[in-house]
Amino acid sequence: MKSLLWMLIALLRFLYQSIHLALAQIWANKTRSFLTMLGIIIGVASVTAVIAALSGLKAKILTQVETFGTNMIWISPRQPERGPMRHANFWELRFKLQHFEGLMDHCPSIARFGKQSSGGRQTVSHRDQSAEGVRVNGSEQACHEIEGRTFMLGRPFSVMDEMQARQVCIIDSKLRDTLRLDRDCINQKILIGHNPFIIVGVFDPKPHSPFGEGDSEDHEISIPFRTNLKLRHEPWIWSIAESASSEASEDALAELRFFFRRTRGIKPGEPDTFKVESLKNALDTFDKISAMVTTVASGIVGISLLVGGVGIMNIMLVSVSERTREIGLRKAVGARRSAILTQFLIESVVLCTLGGLLGIGLAQLLTMGIAKIPNAQLDMSYIPWWAMTIACVFSAVVGVFFGMFPAIKAARLDPIEALRHE
Amino acid sequence: MPISPNSPTSSTGRTRVVIQLRDVTRVYQVGTEQIRALDGVTLALHENEYIAIMGQSGSGKSTLMNLIGCLDRATSGSYHLDGKNTTEMADAALAQVRNERIGFVFQSFELLSQLNAIRNVELPLIYAKDGWRSRRKRAIESLEHVGLGKRVKHKPNQLSGGEKQRVAIARALVCKPSILLADEPTGNLDTRTSAGIMKLFDTLYAEGQTIIMVTHEENIAAHARRVIRMRDGRVISDLPIEQDATSQHLSSESDRGTES
Ligand SMILES: Nc1ncnc2c1ncn2[C@@H]1O[C@H](COP(=O)(O)OP(=O)(O)O)[C@@H](O)[C@H]1O
Ligand SMILES: [Mg+2]
Repeated sequence: MKSLLWMLIALLRFLYQSIHLALAQIWANKTRSFLTMLGIIIGVASVTAVIAALSGLKAKILTQVETFGTNMIWISPRQPERGPMRHANFWELRFKLQHFEGLMDHCPSIARFGKQSSGGRQTVSHRDQSAEGVRVNGSEQACHEIEGRTFMLGRPFSVMDEMQARQVCIIDSKLRDTLRLDRDCINQKILIGHNPFIIVGVFDPKPHSPFGEGDSEDHEISIPFRTNLKLRHEPWIWSIAESASSEASEDALAELRFFFRRTRGIKPGEPDTFKVESLKNALDTFDKISAMVTTVASGIVGISLLVGGVGIMNIMLVSVSERTREIGLRKAVGARRSAILTQFLIESVVLCTLGGLLGIGLAQLLTMGIAKIPNAQLDMSYIPWWAMTIACVFSAVVGVFFGMFPAIKAARLDPIEALRHE
Repeated sequence: MPISPNSPTSSTGRTRVVIQLRDVTRVYQVGTEQIRALDGVTLALHENEYIAIMGQSGSGKSTLMNLIGCLDRATSGSYHLDGKNTTEMADAALAQVRNERIGFVFQSFELLSQLNAIRNVELPLIYAKDGWRSRRKRAIESLEHVGLGKRVKHKPNQLSGGEKQRVAIARALVCKPSILLADEPTGNLDTRTSAGIMKLFDTLYAEGQTIIMVTHEENIAAHARRVIRMRDGRVISDLPIEQDATSQHLSSESDRGTES
């Protein structure tokens, strides 16, 4: 037991000394070492940054899954890539009310479903205060339930609000402050465009939706779906739904597709003119894409590590030939082949690992950079620990692999001939 | 050739044999040509001897030293060091012998330029099995021993030729070797510096260190107690220093007589 500990200490000592020696050697040829490492630095940095971006995207999606659950489904028109509708404009592709008729009867896996329509951007005012370009949405009450909206004040839309197309609205607290409404602004009157509305509720801030448009929306105002239909002629309509359970999510998507293909009169064999998306299939798609990107990136990093490795081998061969006399001397004072072999192998491993670490450092800078790109959904990008570990291990493996030949060459040198070397 | 115990003086005859060479040859193959750098050398060297090996350039002195220093292997014949047959040893074992029993001093010092004096002297200890604990202390002691106690942090390019050779000697001595081998240790030094190095050798010898050196300068060889002369890979004379001087005188006369 004690001798085992002793051996461990001796080993650590040995490693410390070897690494120290290697670092000194690298430091003695700073520029050369750096240029040699460049291939590895760039390879590791680029692939690590890609992984960081993917991890960030995935984290982002997962937080959305946490907010919305995997049961939520988005339904909206989409131009197909082929078929007769591929050049159709958005007006031709729009959803009409009759497309949704009987949906709940035909789609048993759907638990809840609600339509939304765009009320455009309007000027909203109260007395002499106004806010311009506020996005107005007409929503059925179910939409707020599915989105899990909570209320700071007041209430959601009632059945009567919807049935009678009442001019009531739910605003967010930011709009309340902009319009200088009372803190308890329930039942206060505001103008949306020229139409008077009564405030019935105030939202808590909105969780980000991955597929909805206005993520960075300043103000938000919601009116009943039918009220919007009454005020605007044929508004843009979409809808959101929720499957009964996450297991039923696949069925729900299939049912919805089947249903809308029929109501929208799409002939067999022709592509969909709409999309039905759930977070679950978005997640699956993302995993597929990210696996693909990772594979491509690994290929690239493989090539760049190969190139970097050949560079390392070259520089190590130069180093061995420059230090032939040193090798001879070391052998003359008692270094075994294995000692020389380890010395050069450790040097090449240290060189490569250092390159890998610098690469991770560079990747960290890149990651901080891409996290700041606006609207790219990359703000959560980070380098996962496993990526750092793999980067280091890979660099070290490159060091062993490409350092082996020069190290063997050094170890095999004949001491006398080495000492006679000019 | 009969194997004789080769005891040149009565004083060393009593001491232990450290090196025993028997009919050693070393043949270099250059293309189709064979060069017999050593051609049947038989020698016995004892503990606490002070030996000078002399001979013209190309006579095989360095080849012999490399063999004794276990840097090279004989083509035929046997070499026993401290009673052990080195001819049959594996490379790793020879490395250990070099490390523990041999201290080698080279004509061109062979210091590592990026390391300071201590680190250069420490080098053999790094490869010694149990060296690390007192490594630094031993290196400094060894440097003090050769009179460089005040230069321990200097790098080779901050040292004079004589000081460099002293560092090299400190390095050779740091593992307390059975024999100190020096191949033309003063070859790169001026006369005054050489005298200093030789004084150091004399002191080491007086302290009991076995020394074998190669030189082609008679005044350097004069420090030794026994002189071995070589020609064409053979030992042509092997005498105590006093007898060597007279025989040298005679043989140079007889040489003139026979060669003309
Ligand atoms: N590596 C070698 N290859 C071929 N010949 C060699 C080699 N080393 C030494 N020799 C030859 O062996 C002979 C003895 O050389 P060496 O021992 O260096 O002589 P010295 O040290 O006495 O000047 C010389 O003729 C030399 O040319
Ligand atoms: Mg020589």
